Amino acid sequence: MVFCQSSTLLVLLLLPLWILLAPALAHAQESPYFVAYDHYLEEPGSLEIEYFSTVGTQRAGNNFHAFSTEFEYGAAAWWTTEFYLEGQTTFHDSTVFTGWRWENRLRPLKREHFINPILYLEYENKSGADKILKEVEGHDVESDFLSPNAAARKEHDHEIELKLILSSTVKGWNFTENTIAAKNLSNNPWEFVYVLGASRPLSLKASASRCNFCREHFIAGVEMYGGLGDRHNFGLHDTSHYLAPVIAWNLPSDWTLRFSPGFGLNDDSHRLLFRWGVSREFSGFGEMVSRLFGGRR
Amino acid sequence: MKHCLATLAAPLLAFGTSSARLQSSDSPSSKSVNNRTALYGELANAPGKARERRNPFENDPEAVAAGRNLFEQHCAQCHAEVQEAPPGAIFWILTNGVVRRGMPVWSKLPEPQRWQLVSYIKSLSVPVANESLPLQRECGVTAQSSLLR
Repeated sequence: MVFCQSSTLLVLLLLPLWILLAPALAHAQESPYFVAYDHYLEEPGSLEIEYFSTVGTQRAGNNFHAFSTEFEYGAAAWWTTEFYLEGQTTFHDSTVFTGWRWENRLRPLKREHFINPILYLEYENKSGADKILKEVEGHDVESDFLSPNAAARKEHDHEIELKLILSSTVKGWNFTENTIAAKNLSNNPWEFVYVLGASRPLSLKASASRCNFCREHFIAGVEMYGGLGDRHNFGLHDTSHYLAPVIAWNLPSDWTLRFSPGFGLNDDSHRLLFRWGVSREFSGFGEMVSRLFGGRR
Repeated sequence: MKHCLATLAAPLLAFGTSSARLQSSDSPSSKSVNNRTALYGELANAPGKARERRNPFENDPEAVAAGRNLFEQHCAQCHAEVQEAPPGAIFWILTNGVVRRGMPVWSKLPEPQRWQLVSYIKSLSVPVANESLPLQRECGVTAQSSLLR
């Protein structure tokens, strides 16, 4: 078991290095959001691998660095599936593997509309030491993160999460609104979350020459998210909220780098959640796996 | 232990695929030909109003150059050949995709960039050797080693 945990952490640590060294195969155009989702799915047959981190401050406790590796696959033009492995380091405490999650996004409508809905379904298998803060559920507040890792990891959560993503793109601006309902399967009430996001490329026209620093490769925006309580106590009481500027740099060589400093908006929030991520997209992944198993064109 | 092995296997599998190069296609299967026909047939479904839209970058050589870069980045891996159609219809299909046939919506590219793509696609009126574009994958549409039109 010790070997298993060590191997998992080794994979999490080596993946960014591999991403740096891997050959180029495809081109990405990723959104800058960390928490919000827009209505754009992964291209069919493409695999995107991302490493991202959340560094959080903790009052009355130790700051932390949570990290995640994401495998996102375009199963079809209307279906994207993602698998995450997550861990965290709490400073002056320890580093632990905190669990995994599997999510699916489905596009029900064939064509583009003013508002585009996406249906989202996720299953999480994680420990109580999870600190990635991919969303802030129900009454999650900063003081929930004070427990030492040794105690927190004993708690096991099996959770499902349903999301309705409503996203529009108007004159280069993307506006998205995500409504989330999450249920811990161990007899806890449904918890609710909101996420809002807006973003725009710095230039709407592409340059005639190839360049890394052209403005069209940068997408800037802002996202806001927080808890809405639970089924028994719906509302903003005892909830935490964040406002986070976001920026993505989509390099023509298929890299995407993203940064976001998130600021807590009330006393129940972490003061600062600094997030960054690096991702790489590989097209033709599905076809290659198919060929490995004797598939034909 | 099974969980542990699965955890290790996923990235290793991904590593293996990233190290390999995809090869261009040999001959298209009937399924992919049908899919291509259906996909390009969707151009005929563009509404009249959309077909009549004018390209704001018409006769702009910089738009053609920018469109070429965009095409190579986002389109060439699936579309080694393109279909002749009115600019408005091409813009409409870029915006809406053909989701059930494997082509995603491309409205994440801002409208000016989609028109730049249209400019480039419309500029392909003379045959160009297929070596000019990388043929890397199919995406449900045959990456045929034919001429661009």
